[in-house]
Amino acid sequence: MTLSELAQAELRTRLRGVGLKLACGPFNYRIRSPIGAIADGLRLLYADYRIPAESEFIDFTVNIERSGGLRRFWRPQVKFAYDGTYPFVPMQLDHAFPLLEWAMNWCISSQADHFLMLHSAVIERNGGAVIMPAPPGSGKSTLCAGLVCRGWRLLSDELALLSFTDGWITPLARPISLKNESLDVIRKFSPDAVLNQVTHHTTKGSVSHMKVPTAHLARVAQRARPRWVIFPKYVPGANARLTPRSKAQSLLSLGGNSFNYGVLGLKGFEQLSELVSQCDCYDFEYSQLEQAVAVFDALAQELVA
Amino acid sequence: MNADLIASVWARSNPCPSLSITDWELLLGQARRTGLLARLAQHLLDRGWMEQVPAGPQHYLQGALRLVERQKLAVRWEVNCIRRALGERQTPVVLLKGAAYVVANLPPARARLFSDIDIMVPREQVAQTEAALFAAGWISAERDAYNQRYYRTWMHEVPPLKHVQRNTVLDLHHTISPPTSRFKVDGARLFDQVQAVDSEPGFCTLGPADMVLHSAVHLFQEGDFGHGLRDLLDLDDLLQHFSGSDPTFWSTLLSRARELALGVPLAHALRQLERLFGTVPPLELRPEFSAMGPGGLARHAMSTLIGAAVRPQHPSCDAPFSEAARWLLFVRSHYIRMPAYLIVPHLLRKAYMRQFPDQPPTAA
Repeated sequence: MTLSELAQAELRTRLRGVGLKLACGPFNYRIRSPIGAIADGLRLLYADYRIPAESEFIDFTVNIERSGGLRRFWRPQVKFAYDGTYPFVPMQLDHAFPLLEWAMNWCISSQADHFLMLHSAVIERNGGAVIMPAPPGSGKSTLCAGLVCRGWRLLSDELALLSFTDGWITPLARPISLKNESLDVIRKFSPDAVLNQVTHHTTKGSVSHMKVPTAHLARVAQRARPRWVIFPKYVPGANARLTPRSKAQSLLSLGGNSFNYGVLGLKGFEQLSELVSQCDCYDFEYSQLEQAVAVFDALAQELVA
Repeated sequence: MNADLIASVWARSNPCPSLSITDWELLLGQARRTGLLARLAQHLLDRGWMEQVPAGPQHYLQGALRLVERQKLAVRWEVNCIRRALGERQTPVVLLKGAAYVVANLPPARARLFSDIDIMVPREQVAQTEAALFAAGWISAERDAYNQRYYRTWMHEVPPLKHVQRNTVLDLHHTISPPTSRFKVDGARLFDQVQAVDSEPGFCTLGPADMVLHSAVHLFQEGDFGHGLRDLLDLDDLLQHFSGSDPTFWSTLLSRARELALGVPLAHALRQLERLFGTVPPLELRPEFSAMGPGGLARHAMSTLIGAAVRPQHPSCDAPFSEAARWLLFVRSHYIRMPAYLIVPHLLRKAYMRQFPDQPPTAA
């Protein structure tokens, strides 16, 4: 059963009561919230996600609540509650949906130590996955969204989940987070892309999320083998260009971009060594998405030949 | 109905828990909230029950065990850094609580997570020790002048020190409870009983009885019961361990508690251990232990309050009474920490500072 099969009223009843269960890749969530924007956003972006069965384990219970007291009337606020704690500072009420997305990411990155987790976008084509680690502002999500609109399969725009046993990557396939100028870039680049309503004045500026194509969700159980590690960087006016990057340098940067490399110790180091030894590593500069897509498609072509 | 799912795990007679998948979700949630996820994992592992845990919850339990292993290494590394920072000294440095459990290989260390390291030196060496730590990169994390003075004048420790590169936190103590407290302890008397640690030259731990007493005092003076259950489990571990290897341990503990006048917190703690885990002193000593605590109504009231307060602050089992109990115990912790003429101005000052964080009152 998918979320789109739930009647609107039933969706709201669950969100207000027992919680809406939702499967995102290897994790099951239970989401509770009385806020309308949460129901609307879920309905639009998560229509094709599976609703876990009664017997399935729920990894994370996420509550997005309205702040009580005076905040009910004066500049109303929204907060994320987890296990009776409030991991983030409260935000203004209309930031509820981005807060839900950030909270869902936080649940994974702070607890899912059964994967090696990299702060990175991951996409796949012809059976080879590209890991794109990069700090915020490097154009990672924009590039990821652009490639996903042109046939690359989305595994994740934020979190690469690497298996300890074989190093393969488990898809998460959650909506792609876009902000500020990227929103217009993607709207122009791919007019078919489905974006949630934009939330303004967040800590990251104006943000929205792009829906994952239905065909990608249908393949959410198919893991992918990492083939490339590419560090993208948006450089205004630059021509799209790949430059080889040393494996040692790549390993260090991947470690720095990992959520739990420090916790894993030797195991983490061995896993990253294995990863860079089986991947081609590059730096990538770009300013035009069309050019970027051409470069990436040429890479994927190597696997067909 | 779901309350105390986590506490019931440790009742000694309990068989392998047969839990529904939603019970597992709640149990993990309560364990995370009480800082006991790793402890729960170790408990299941010790009894050979881990295999029977469903895959979903098992991932997180195994993850917590990995974190514990990693932190044990990190603690030893940090202790090494402290040794290098302090150099050769005549008096040893005493490791307290978690770090002591790790270096002395005591049972609580097997599944405990850390947020800081606690060390103790004689009061007259605090300044010199702090200077040596400062030279090695530990700086005071407390920027507020009032708080600095408060710690240094009234507390049993200096404000937390944070390492500039590693961001690790170190608490430097000169005794185990505030000198203003009803349960004050002269640090020098603790140094009489310290024990050297073979694996870490230059470091000591408190004597076994003192370690137990510290754990009991700590539980009631911090006023924070978020980790109350964890602290009680640590205490239980220590008692099992020391009494198992030394038949006279209970009577040593009894006389040491009298000597240091810490019978009250010990008696309160023992009542909780009996209630939660069925741990009791030997029959012939029991009347003497309970005589150390308050009698009648006060004993029952405290027992009820603590019992409610150590319940996990998790939505699945938090009752309005738990909240009230925690508040009362918080008030009590301040009441025993300092006499009224000190604590009232302090709390007023703190309230003011919270309301107007950037404008400290000029008269101080």
